[in-house]
Order: sequence, then C-alpha cells, then structure tokens
Amino acid sequence: FTSKTLMQSNNKPPPARYGGRHTVTLIPGDGIGPELLNHVRELFRFSCVPLDFEVVNINSSITSEDDINNAITAIRRNGVALKGNLETNHTLPPSHKSRNNVLRYTGLDLYANVMRCQSLPGVQTRHKNIDIIIIRENTEGEYSSLEHESVPGVVESLKIITRNNSLRIADYAFQLAREKGRRRVTAVHKANIMKLADGLFLQCCREVASGYPDIAFDSMIVDNTTMQLVSKPHQFDVMVMPNLYGNVVSNVCAGLVGGPGLVPGANYGHNYAVFETATRNTGKSIAGRNIANPTAMLLASCLMLDHLKLHDYASMIRNAVFATMNESLLHTPDIGGQGTTSEMVQSVMRNIKSSGPLTTEL
Amino acid sequence: QIFLLWKSLILGQLILGNFFAFQVHTVTLIPGDGIGPEISTAVMKIFEAAKVPIQWEERNVTAIKGPGGKWMIPPEAKESMDRSKIGLKGPLKTPIAAGHPSMNLLLRKTFDLYANVRPCVSIEGYKTPYTDVDLVTIRENTEGEYSGIEHVIVDGVVQSIKLITEQASRRIAEYAFEYARNNQRSSVTAVHKANIMRMSDGLFLRKCREVAENYKDVKFTEMYLDTVCLNMVQDPTQFDVLVMPNLYGDILSDLCAGLIGGLGVTPSGNIGANGVAIFESVHGTAPDIAGKDLANPTALLLSAVMMLRHMGLHADAKKIETACYDTIRDKKVLTKDLGGNSKCSEFTTEICRRVQDMD
Repeated sequence: FTSKTLMQSNNKPPPARYGGRHTVTLIPGDGIGPELLNHVRELFRFSCVPLDFEVVNINSSITSEDDINNAITAIRRNGVALKGNLETNHTLPPSHKSRNNVLRYTGLDLYANVMRCQSLPGVQTRHKNIDIIIIRENTEGEYSSLEHESVPGVVESLKIITRNNSLRIADYAFQLAREKGRRRVTAVHKANIMKLADGLFLQCCREVASGYPDIAFDSMIVDNTTMQLVSKPHQFDVMVMPNLYGNVVSNVCAGLVGGPGLVPGANYGHNYAVFETATRNTGKSIAGRNIANPTAMLLASCLMLDHLKLHDYASMIRNAVFATMNESLLHTPDIGGQGTTSEMVQSVMRNIKSSGPLTTEL
Repeated sequence: QIFLLWKSLILGQLILGNFFAFQVHTVTLIPGDGIGPEISTAVMKIFEAAKVPIQWEERNVTAIKGPGGKWMIPPEAKESMDRSKIGLKGPLKTPIAAGHPSMNLLLRKTFDLYANVRPCVSIEGYKTPYTDVDLVTIRENTEGEYSGIEHVIVDGVVQSIKLITEQASRRIAEYAFEYARNNQRSSVTAVHKANIMRMSDGLFLRKCREVAENYKDVKFTEMYLDTVCLNMVQDPTQFDVLVMPNLYGDILSDLCAGLIGGLGVTPSGNIGANGVAIFESVHGTAPDIAGKDLANPTALLLSAVMMLRHMGLHADAKKIETACYDTIRDKKVLTKDLGGNSKCSEFTTEICRRVQDMD
C-alpha cells in the first residue's frame, strides 16, 4: 500500500509553480538560522534560481498559537520549506511543546527524516570515506510528548510505536536504498529490553525487507551500534530506526564526518518536505558573529532544489560548495579554520560564476 | 649504638607492616560462564603475585526457584555478598527461553544496584582514533526506559513506559557528585532530553540541580543528549563525569567504551544500596574461545582495580594497573584481540612478573 503511494508522489509534478518560478516557505528560526538563510537567499539571487521565498517569522519569542498555524498553512500552500532551528525553552511548562516538533508532526506528517553523512574532501576527520544514510522515524516513538505525573515524584513518559508508522518508515528506507543503489539496510533497535515496542518496529522492518530481496537486511542493538560507529563506521550503509535512536545515531554520524556545520537534513512526508541542517542546532553562542559554517544550510538548499526538480541548479551550487571546501584557508572555526561565513559564501559565488552560467553581478 | 637504633626502628616498622597486612578483606567472586572462569583465575593469580590482602569466596549465581515460585539467586551467594559487601563478577550467559530472567537483572534487583559506573580512560599502547579520553559515565540503573512496562493498546499500537522518580534521580545525582569529590574530578554533566521529554527528564534535571547546590566544589553543567553525542565523537576530552538516566547511560557508556577500544578493555562497577558494590567485566561470555586459553583478562582485571580503589587499597590498585598498562604498552605479550598472539596464561604471567618486579 505504501510503496504505491510513494511511487505516485514521485511522479507528482513539483508544487507551487507560477510563471515558471517556485515559491518556498522560509522560516529563519533562532540563533544562526536567520544569517545562514540570508546567505542562501543571496546565493539564489546571484545564481538566478527561479525561486521566491515566502518568509514566515516564527521564533521562540513569539508565543501565539496562531503564528504556528499560519506557518503550517504557508508550508501546506507552498509544499516545501527551508528552516532554521527554533529554540525550545525547557524551563517552561510541558504544555508548551517544542515548536520544531509541532511543525513536523501536526498536519504536515513529515514522517521520514533523512540524513546523508558523507565525508567531505578537504575536511580533516579521524575516519575517512564515510557515506551512511540515516532514516529516522520522525513522528512517534519517544517524541510523543505524552507524559504525566501519576503520583507526586513519579513521572511516566510514554513511548508509542505503531505498526503503520513502522511499516511506512521501513518501506521508505528500502525504497530509498533501491533508488540510490545501496546494498544493505540495518535496523537499529533495543528489542532485547523493550520487547513489545522495539520488537514491533523490528518485526515491521523484517516484513518489509522480505519484499526487497535485492537489498540485504540486518539489525543491530543501539548501544552496540554507537560502539561500532566510533570504531568501524564503514560497515554501515543505510540505517533505519525509531525517533530517539535516530537522534543519537545521526548526531554521532554528524560528529564523525566533521560536525554540525557540514551535514544537511531533510524531512519528507507524502505531500510536503521541509529542509534544514541535520543536527538541528540553534548555534546560539555563535550567532551574529559571522563564523557559522554555511555548508549544512547550503547543502540543505541543494536538497530542496533537487526535490523541486531543479537539478541543474542543485548540482551547480553543490559542486561550488565542494570546491570551496577543498580550500582549507576558508574553513570556518568549527572545522578548525579561521575563515568567516561571508568569505565562504563569496567563494561559493565565485566558483559558480567561473563555472559558466548566467549570474547577477558579484 | 645509632646503628642498633636504626635496626630496631626498621624491625618495628616491619612488624607493624605485617600487622596491617593481616587485615584481609573478603570478596565474593562470581567467575561466570564461557571465558569467565579462566579470566577469574588470571585475576586471582595476579592478585596473589601482588600480595593483595584479599580472600576470595567463589560463588555460583545460577537462578533457582525459591519458595513461592519466585526466581532468585542461590542463598549461599546472597549470604556471601551481604557479608563481604564487595563482589567481582565475570560474564554471565543470557538464557533464551530458560524461563527465568537474565541473571544480571536478578542481581540488580536483589542488591538494588542503582548506579553503573564506567570509567573510560585511553589505554596507552592500544591505539584507537581517540587519544586522551578520560571520563566517567554514571548511569541510573533501576528505572527509566528499562522499567519493562509495556502494553499493547490496540492491535498494532504499543506503548512502552519510561518511569522517572524523584527518589532514584536524587540518589544517582548524589552518588555522581560524591564520586566526583572522592576521585578528584572537577565537573559533573547531566545528560538529558528535557526539551522533548519535559516532565520526565525535567524531573531528573531538577534533582541534579538541587543536589549540585550541596556540592559547590564540583562544577555542574547540563547538556542535551544529542549535543553530547555530537561533541563526544569530535572531542571527548571536554567531558569529565557524566550522569544520566538508564537508556542514555546505556548508549553513552557503550559509545565511550568504543572510544577507548571496546568492551574487552573497559572496567565497570555497580553500586548498590547498603554499601554493596559489584564490579564486573561487561563483555560477553565468548563461548567460541572458552577453555582455549585465548581470552583477554584486561576488562576483569581493570574492574578488579576499580574494586581495590573502592575499598581504599590505592597502592595495590596502582601497582596492578601500572603492570597491566605497561604490558599492553610494551606490545611483546598481547592476547589476540589486542593484536598479539600470546595466550591468556602468558599475558597473565607477564603482568605477574611486572608486579613482582615492582616490590
């Protein structure tokens, strides 16, 4: 059932195109979000990408529910969004839910979080040549926000796993693996302890795996997975897992390839897609200082362009970013250099100009 | 005459020294399954060579059905532990379809082992991509996500309950700060996900903050679990003592073990209520190499060293630890998993030799 609808959505024409130009919702967020997204806009203008941004300003200081609903409507209207991270103040009462999550689940049903951790040339890391795709269930699991205090001093938090969502994400994983020519999918779980919940997830993965005999399937317990990732990361190809383990594993992998400034992330649903940096950091401490690494956000915008079928623009920008990455003098502090964000973006623009197509003035 | 005075002083010291050496501590030894017995023998041999004042009481902990049909550990084992308060345990086989729960779980419940402590220190001579790791993970071991409370709500929807209580959170936080103080560690970091699990991790965090107020000499910080993971694989030297609930502790302690070389070289200790402490090696039983004199006793040995420090026998601990690290660093006599091709007994003999040379 799910594979058919997925195929249909792949054949659907890209959304919101008027007069040959796309419109995409832009959510600046907090911390380094606004400055990085400004650079993205600058770069798109320079490269004459046929795309307009509809800016929706929600951040942690705005408290009204209406604003969140307006943002969701804007994303629904345009079908695609590019966003910075919204800070969650966890000293506020539990009814004040994480805004990022509200955007992801409520009404948008962005059930698959996909992150490709690829070692970039020119970046020094302990492990080389890593290329792992992580697919994380994005709507349920530990992030259900269902908690209550049954007696004073005793809190229960519910982790929900459903058959439908597990089948859905497993199917997405195998489809993606097949599409990208990957050989193996590994399910990450803790079914030896959480026998019913993770057991259900694992069982669903196995069921879906039987429908894809061309792709190998195995499973690994989450604590062993993290241990293997730091010692032998090359054994992993595509990984699929529930929400919380996805959070842990994606951060470990992002660290392995060089840090939060380098990895783009994407959230896909049947009808909508939202692109952001993979590790979802607000970068509060480096905001406004022109030292944030724009790579993750730039690559996320390339993922967005691919989604909109603007492949030529995506490749052009992506290649320019990789070329810039090769110059270690331009590296920002998070990967050991002393460059600034604007210098990096300028270099990307220069690389685009020299590769030929029509651009505006530098 | 001065010479005679000197001689009597030295003789007096020798007599006093022997007197203190007579204070022998009893430790319950649980060899375990698979390679358990041979690595336990290795540890006993090394302790004998180092003349550590410890008397071992070997016990078996295979589950038996007690009165009322409840599974429990044999009464001799329980009695020995309650008396000696200190235990050293090898790997235990996890039974599949044996009808009784895992032995580790049974031990945990019997002695209320609430804190799992894993010091992760880079071993000079056993090279990993990470050097200079020196941190301790302290994991709450009784509740959290491992409460085992799960239900099928309707067909196809399962809920698993994560339980966080004020009491357990306060207890683990207090242990973490005490440990930091007693072991000269400068900071304690609470690891949580309170942005998502507002009430449960929020409660855990609040208790840590409250306990931190009483330990102003130790620096207290808080960090999200994902940020810890991200930073840990880039720069593990920024972490000192980490305290966290059960699941995060499970993942992070194994992550840190991976940084220093895996479960074959990582020590671990479980602290319980009533002063009970059981130190153990956390690797598996390795049935494929059991009985072939190929096992690596390092994990159990380092856990035994941790045990000595817990008992206050710091000089003995240092001696054995140094002998072990020196042997690994020299690379002449190493077991297969460490990259050499010596037998377990040869590795043990080498450490014994170094220990004796130090005296």
